[in-house]
Amino acid sequence: MSVAAEERNARAPWALSAPALMLFVGVLLIPLAMTVMLSFHDWGQYKGIEPVFILKNWHEIVTDPYYAEMFWRTFRIAILTTLLTAVLGAPEAYILNRMSGRWKSVFLLVILGPLLISVVARTLGWALLFGGNNGLVNKLLMSAGLIRAPIPFMFTETGMVVALAHVMMPFMVLSVWAALQRLDPQIENAALSLGAGPVTIIRRIIMPQIMPGVLSGAIIVFSLSASAFATPAIIGGRRLKVAATLAYDEFLNTLNWPLGAAVATLLLAALVLIVVGSNALIERRYAEVFR
Amino acid sequence: MAYLELEGIAKQFGAQTVVDDFSLAVGKGEFISFLGPSGCGKTTTLQMIAGFLDPTRGAIRLEGKDLTAIHPAKRGLGIVFQSYALFPHMTAAENVAFGLEMRKVARSERAERVRAALAMVGLAGYEDRHPRRMSGGQQQRVALARALVIKPSVLLLDEPLSNLDAKLREEMQIELRQIQRTIDTTTILVTHDQNEAMSLSDRIVVMSQGRIEQIGTPQETYEKPASAFVSQFLGKTNDFAATIDRTSAPARLIAGSWSAPAPAGLSGPVTVSIRPERIGFGDTGLGAKIITRIFQGNHWLFQCDSECGPATVIRQNDGERQPVEGEAVRLVWRPEDMGVRGGASA
Repeated sequence: MSVAAEERNARAPWALSAPALMLFVGVLLIPLAMTVMLSFHDWGQYKGIEPVFILKNWHEIVTDPYYAEMFWRTFRIAILTTLLTAVLGAPEAYILNRMSGRWKSVFLLVILGPLLISVVARTLGWALLFGGNNGLVNKLLMSAGLIRAPIPFMFTETGMVVALAHVMMPFMVLSVWAALQRLDPQIENAALSLGAGPVTIIRRIIMPQIMPGVLSGAIIVFSLSASAFATPAIIGGRRLKVAATLAYDEFLNTLNWPLGAAVATLLLAALVLIVVGSNALIERRYAEVFR
Repeated sequence: MAYLELEGIAKQFGAQTVVDDFSLAVGKGEFISFLGPSGCGKTTTLQMIAGFLDPTRGAIRLEGKDLTAIHPAKRGLGIVFQSYALFPHMTAAENVAFGLEMRKVARSERAERVRAALAMVGLAGYEDRHPRRMSGGQQQRVALARALVIKPSVLLLDEPLSNLDAKLREEMQIELRQIQRTIDTTTILVTHDQNEAMSLSDRIVVMSQGRIEQIGTPQETYEKPASAFVSQFLGKTNDFAATIDRTSAPARLIAGSWSAPAPAGLSGPVTVSIRPERIGFGDTGLGAKIITRIFQGNHWLFQCDSECGPATVIRQNDGERQPVEGEAVRLVWRPEDMGVRGGASA
């Protein structure tokens, strides 16, 4: 092969992926870089945005305990949501996987159904169900004798976690389901023939093998919950802000774009760190299962 | 008394009968193969013995006790699966130890037995490997060690060698037979490979469409097939249409230009079947022309076009001159080497 042809071949992959790369740079990298830059600009009630380089916004976020509380709440809600989806979603996926043909597809549709409906509509549905002390959920729980007094769901973290867990459930179920698909169909019979009971089979054989699926589902659910906007905005309202709703308010209500940009940048950086870090941990821990 | 007894076993899935009227008595220490094409019900039968499926009818007894009443986890059978079904998150030693752990065997004894089991299958030193870091043959050995370490009353092998390449499969066959002889475990092997069944088993159960076609030693099933299916399935065979002529005396069995004294008690049209290696070339006999001649090292394989249709002939490569393609030949065989089926009783 001639040198020129070799050069042409070396350039081909770049040329072929150029359109996608340009789109990626144009709609993601550039706006992201602009947001980061914006977070270092100054802002005043009367002067608006001043394109200077100062650390005022960052200083405010780091020192004002208001922001610390906000971020702590954001991650607390995300962690609780992740736990709830894992605890409910993993058994759900296991049961789904054991169903036979027709029922499996029916229930898969039931689980994926929510993804076809707008998050706003779904969350408003939850708001209707929660609806103050006389909400359907509270009435049901009280008539079942599970609680004495109504639980406040609206404008609380409990309500947010419940609604978010519902919104995020499909991601967890699908992720665990994918892991279950990779199981050897005879593996339970193998354990059974060696004398293991049903609990032992789930605990010692099934769980360790679907753990990577649970954990990757957890990463998806955690990052989506931490950056969720619609659900916290509707269930939490003005009173209970999380990082995403705070950034939104700074941008659109206070019009303090630089501060909003700083909040958004910090949220992004924290999420990237957590996701990349936990992913590396999982891959190291479950190297044998992933192979 | 038989060690393991299957009596009139049947399995139905809805309206479909997968196994029907399956009866077999297995002696202690015997090596039995269930042989048949896929879908013949051999794996289903194995799964009923293992307890993963309940028979629709019939009884399974182990040493006189009803096995179907015992939960699969309590049957104490060792099973090697076609896919091996090793636990990928455990090391080889942990895989083998699992059954002992379930039996609450003390830690020190457990370690000793795991070490011995892995050594027996030739995997000493591989204790800490994970299954996915092992070759197919090694995984197969781990699966065998895991099944044997619990000292099973019966060892069930579900097509254990089908995922191995030909050379490795042959090695494993020899090794499997040696291990089985040493520990004298009653073994049932499910396979669709007639060579595997013949080289390993004491007796073969040939199955087709959920029914037993024949039970016999490898030699019996090969030399004296009970049905057309068995003779077709176990090795190659030639089926020729022939007639028994009782108008002349003595009566003759005639296939084309080949003829022999007729067997007693039959008349009319019959089918004779002869193994390719039992046919020779002679001066008189069934007229044929060699279509192709294939050299296979220790033997020659001839495809002929005979008076009674296509015929396959295998000749030892014994240094004699062999006919060439296009040559006209006469096919001969000894009457005692052929099977005769059909025909009216005379």
